[in-house]
Amino acid sequence: MATDKRPLSPHLQVYRPQLTSVLSILHRATGVALSIGTLLIVYWLIAMAAGPEAYKHAQSVFGSMLGQLFMFLWTWALFYHLCNGIRHLFWDAGYGFDMEMVYKSGKTVVTASVVLTFLIWIIVAP
Amino acid sequence: MSLRTPLGRVRGLGSAKEGVSHWWVQRVTAVALVPLVLWFTVSMLSIVRADYDSAVHWVGQPFNTVLLVALLVGAFYHALLGLQVVIEDYVHAEGTKVMALLIMKFIMVLLGASAILAVLRIAFGG
Repeated sequence: MATDKRPLSPHLQVYRPQLTSVLSILHRATGVALSIGTLLIVYWLIAMAAGPEAYKHAQSVFGSMLGQLFMFLWTWALFYHLCNGIRHLFWDAGYGFDMEMVYKSGKTVVTASVVLTFLIWIIVAP
Repeated sequence: MSLRTPLGRVRGLGSAKEGVSHWWVQRVTAVALVPLVLWFTVSMLSIVRADYDSAVHWVGQPFNTVLLVALLVGAFYHALLGLQVVIEDYVHAEGTKVMALLIMKFIMVLLGASAILAVLRIAFGG
C-alpha cells in the first residue's frame, strides 16, 4: 500500500497559522522537549546520589551560560505545557469550546506561562 | 462485505478498546502532575542554590521522597504516552514505527527507573 504518496492534511505550505493551531503544535513541541529535558532531572538526581563532587560538577554545568539558557527555556516549556494542559483538561470536561473562549484561554495560557517563567527566574536570581 | 452483526463488531473490538485507557491514563497522570509540578518548582526555588548537604537532606525528608517518586512515575508515564502518540502520528512505516515505539519506551522506563533509584539511594544513604 503506497500510503506515503497521499497528500498531507493540513497542507502545511499553504496553511495559514492561527493562534489555535500554533498553540496546539506548541503543546506537542514542548511535550517532546520536556521528555528530552527529563535528562536534566535524571542527571541532577544521579549526580546527587553519586556524591558531593559529582553534585558540585552538576551545579557548575547548570550554572554555566548554556546551562542557564537551557534551564530558562525548560522552565518556560514546563509552564506552557502545564498551563495549556489545564486548558486541555477543561476541554476534555466539555468546557470552553466557543471560539471567543478558545482564543481568550489561549492568550491567557501564553501570558501565564511567560509571567510564571519570569517570576521564577526573578526569585531564583542571586 | 462483512457478515458480522453490528453487535459482534462493537463488542470489545470497537474504538473503545485500548485507545480509551491510553487517553484516560494520559489525563489521570496530567491531573496528578499539576500539583506535583507546582510543588517541585516551588521547592526548587530554594534547592537550586543550596549546598550538597541541604539538597541531600531535602530529598531524604519522607514527604519529599514520596512526592519525588510520585512525580517521577507520573512524569515518565505521561511522557511515554505522549511520545507514543507523536511517533504513531508521524512514523507510518509499520516496522520503523514498532521499532521507534519499543526503543522510546525502553529509554523512558530506564530513565525513570534510574531517577527513582537515585532518589531512593539519596533517601536511604546507600
